[in-house]
Amino acid sequence: MTVPVATPLPEPDLHALPAVEPAPSTLLLFLAFSRISLLSVGGGLTAWIRRLVVEERRWMDEPRFLSGYALSQIAPGPNAVNLAVFVGATLRGARGAVAGLAGLMLPPFAVVLFLGWLYGSRHIPRPVEHALDGMGAAAIGLVVATGLRMVKGGIRSAAAAGFAILTVLALAAGIRLLLVVAVLFPLALLVLGRRRS
Amino acid sequence: MTVLLSLLLLFGSLSLLAFGGGNAVMVAIQHAAVDQHHWMTTEQFVDLFALSRAAPGPGSLIVALVGQKAAGIAGALVACLAMYLPSSLLVTLAARFWRRHEKAAWRFRVEQALVPLAIGLTVGSGVVLALRNDRDPSSWIITIIAAAILTRSKLSPLLVLGVGGLAGLLAG
Repeated sequence: MTVPVATPLPEPDLHALPAVEPAPSTLLLFLAFSRISLLSVGGGLTAWIRRLVVEERRWMDEPRFLSGYALSQIAPGPNAVNLAVFVGATLRGARGAVAGLAGLMLPPFAVVLFLGWLYGSRHIPRPVEHALDGMGAAAIGLVVATGLRMVKGGIRSAAAAGFAILTVLALAAGIRLLLVVAVLFPLALLVLGRRRS
Repeated sequence: MTVLLSLLLLFGSLSLLAFGGGNAVMVAIQHAAVDQHHWMTTEQFVDLFALSRAAPGPGSLIVALVGQKAAGIAGALVACLAMYLPSSLLVTLAARFWRRHEKAAWRFRVEQALVPLAIGLTVGSGVVLALRNDRDPSSWIITIIAAAILTRSKLSPLLVLGVGGLAGLLAG
């Protein structure tokens, strides 16, 4: 019996991989978003979208995804929905936007209506509520982790790190998101938007 | 019919006012559904909120539940279309504009400025959510451990959320 020799796997060289895969068909887009829409129990949907688009399928690189993410935060409307629409529209135009929106919304819409019908006017039992609280707390951790994972691909200078930290502090201090962006974006443009490296 | 029209007007106007996401308009939705239109009581609204959080998908799907409570399935459909279509149309146009200027020097510069802000907004919104929702030490511990694990490992978030739910059940 031969014992397989434990050769250490080579470290994955991220730069050797193609930065971006070709855009998926609208059907695949719809199915992929349907899948994560059903996985995202308890919140943290934008984290699932990034995982799908940047890490699993590599449809977008980090800067492209992040600029869309910023846009979907600034634009009115629910962030996760905006983000799915942005990804779909960027990859496949208007049809892609519809695929992203429909994929993200239709399956959970059906589930929510079923729950609403089931619930009627009963109260939610306490243990279920506690489990939901725990799940919600973990989902918040997922959101924070998503931001921290972006640091590697997105922060390239001390000044950029400074702006990221300032943004976190401003939000934590309770300053409104629109105001934070309105003040910090022009400053960041001035400081970071100079050279093409 | 008048209920459907009320839903259309309510969520259609909120769609383009919801800067900073669905949470920003939650108070307005509650006010309209409970005090203005009397579709439900405050307790029922709070329960629907919990229900929408438990379900998969965007938390803003409470919109569907409010519509359902007010006017059945038709109400849920009208409420969702009114809430999601206007903002989605706007984002589609913005994405198209963004893609058209793929190679422009200004777009590169804007992206350089937006990326750190987007990272800050993600971490920051997590912090804000924690400050608002983590009311006891056990919730904070779950949030911090989940954040640490999910930052450093490739473990499935679903697994971590499941363990979080279990921990909440045991701590509660």
